[in-house]
Amino acid sequence: MTLDLFLLQTFTGLALGSILVLMAIGMSLIFGMLTVPNFAHGAFYMVGAFAGVVALRLTDSFIAAIIAAPLAVGALGMLVERTLVRPLYGRGVDYPIVLTFGLSYVMVEVIRILFGKEGIPFETPEFLQGAVSLGFGYFPLYRVFLIGVCVVVVGALYLCLERTKFGLVVRAGAADPEIVRVLGVDIRKVWMLIFGLGAGLAALAGLLAAPMRGVTAEMGIPVLVEAFVVTVVGGMGSLVGASVAGLLVGVVMSLTSLFSPKFAELSMFALMALTLIVRPRGLFGRPGHLG
Amino acid sequence: MTGQIVAPNMNRRTLLAGLGAAAFVPLAPSIVRAQSETIRIGFPVPLTGPFGAEAQDQVKCAQLAVEQFNAAGGVGGRMVELLVRDDKLNPGEATTRTLELIEKDKAHFIVGALAGNVQLAVNEVCKTRGVIYVSISQSDTINEAGTFSRFTFHEGMTPHMTTQAVGKYVFPKAKGKRVAFLAADYTYGHETLRAFKRSAQAHGMQVVEEILHPLGTSDFSTFFPRILAAKPDVLCICNFGRDQLNSIKQAVDFGVKKQAQIAVPVFLYAQRRAGSPAMFDGVVGGCNYHWTLEDSVPSAKAFNTLYRAKYSNTAPSDYGAYGYAGVSSLLAAVKKAGKTDTDAVIAAFETVELDTHKGPERYRKCDHQAIQPVFVVESKAQAQMRNEFDVFNIVHVEPGAEANLRSCDELGHKG
Repeated sequence: MTLDLFLLQTFTGLALGSILVLMAIGMSLIFGMLTVPNFAHGAFYMVGAFAGVVALRLTDSFIAAIIAAPLAVGALGMLVERTLVRPLYGRGVDYPIVLTFGLSYVMVEVIRILFGKEGIPFETPEFLQGAVSLGFGYFPLYRVFLIGVCVVVVGALYLCLERTKFGLVVRAGAADPEIVRVLGVDIRKVWMLIFGLGAGLAALAGLLAAPMRGVTAEMGIPVLVEAFVVTVVGGMGSLVGASVAGLLVGVVMSLTSLFSPKFAELSMFALMALTLIVRPRGLFGRPGHLG
Repeated sequence: MTGQIVAPNMNRRTLLAGLGAAAFVPLAPSIVRAQSETIRIGFPVPLTGPFGAEAQDQVKCAQLAVEQFNAAGGVGGRMVELLVRDDKLNPGEATTRTLELIEKDKAHFIVGALAGNVQLAVNEVCKTRGVIYVSISQSDTINEAGTFSRFTFHEGMTPHMTTQAVGKYVFPKAKGKRVAFLAADYTYGHETLRAFKRSAQAHGMQVVEEILHPLGTSDFSTFFPRILAAKPDVLCICNFGRDQLNSIKQAVDFGVKKQAQIAVPVFLYAQRRAGSPAMFDGVVGGCNYHWTLEDSVPSAKAFNTLYRAKYSNTAPSDYGAYGYAGVSSLLAAVKKAGKTDTDAVIAAFETVELDTHKGPERYRKCDHQAIQPVFVVESKAQAQMRNEFDVFNIVHVEPGAEANLRSCDELGHKG
């Protein structure tokens, strides 16, 4: 076990974590603000990958696909919120769970009908192929790109939340939806945008993961669980929490794999259990959020 | 007046006619049966689940075998019927379906199963019911004394056969002696890992890294830094299905191909087609059948022609060929025996000389393993592909020979 190997493994964890961060931000915001545990989040991830395939076929540009696919799926997310989720507000947390759960099945089957059961090959775009030297070893260029995209997106979101009026409303809505409504802000429109944003981020994650893991109708299922774990560890409704937790889970899984691959997946749940025992609200969550 | 109470609208004449007709009823079915009782072959395969595509092709090819046999007259005028069932890749489900096939549908024989553990479940049922089972799944365990019974026949290749063939081709050509292994942590992964290591050691290779990954892993990135740090000259990846696709894809991303030759025990046609030529270029693996064999083997050409005639100009897959081979070999034995009586068919199976689709083949007596040619294939670059199905070059043919199997003694068979 050399320092080089350790650093390379940590970097691998950061790349792994980047996907988790994008998934968790969306889920955390939706859960934190709308109190909707979005069981369809994995399905949006998967649809994003397929939307990317279609966008790639139409434009032949990966960059165009990374912009178009999340926007398209984000719009789908807004539609879902407006038509399916909104009628269920005020009825407790069970209804949205069942709705999003069923929605995930429907989305998977529709994709299977449209694109078949075998999955679609997805190659790493030419300009991102190959490996770069990081000093302590060679690392796939694509994964470096992935980390970069994650940093840019999280940075942009942070600026949006901290510096814009919209961001102010979002933060206020997360802190206390009642008061925000009393102040005359149409919180429901904000919620629709948040849901769309979450779906769009999941779609981006799916598209970015496609060159590494392929594009199949079932690809969202394992990711959903991972997203929930990261959301719990980071704390609901916290952008910073989701980001930190995502990278932390990625690195922990990667380093555990170095010693025992069998326990790599388990390590994520062990971390979640530890968090729930020591700090139940998550690293950056608000206390008593679901009270 | 009394007649009116029993059957108001019937008179004595009708009653006598009815009784007379009824007397013949017990005789009628046996007259029908003796002339043309169909031979029923149960065919449980995983139609739903991740290997649905492979299983569908197995069904298509098995049906070809049945149609071909029936067109040639069947056995003593008796036609064959294929009873396809979905085992859902689950041993419990397979057990239920097999029991149903034997007891309710009165199947004479069972052919099938794709997954290792499912075939073992089917084998257990057939063992206790005394029904011949031809397995078309890969396994080392099914040959072993504890699992095997005289009703068990194994058309599929064994991990031992495939890894020895691939090792024989890959290890002497490697640029160095260091070999690393990445294997899926379940039966198939363990069996292929064990067999591959045996081959490696026989060729004087040094095992520098060995990693077991959980079945169904989607992200292999955490394993490659370790593998690369060990500086292997050959990387053997022992897994199946989607795992094969993802692990090779990610190995290539991490630059493994620049350092090492990637070898797999069985190179899956379906996964190769789901990936791209650039990604798989240069990867070597074992194979039970590739359609380009038609250029050199007449029975392959006959099989492909039959397939194309019915399924418009596509080509049979490797797993499809198993479906054809399992049923054809069984029917050849039935034809040799002349009847469906189990003992007669077993005796015929042990001595029948076959060439169903890829060259000479026969079954060994001690464990009923099919001694068959094993092919080593290398993935073709885009430029060399004649069409979308032309994905592999057959670089080496290991002809069928008992020496390529594990010995009867090693498997625990006495005598």
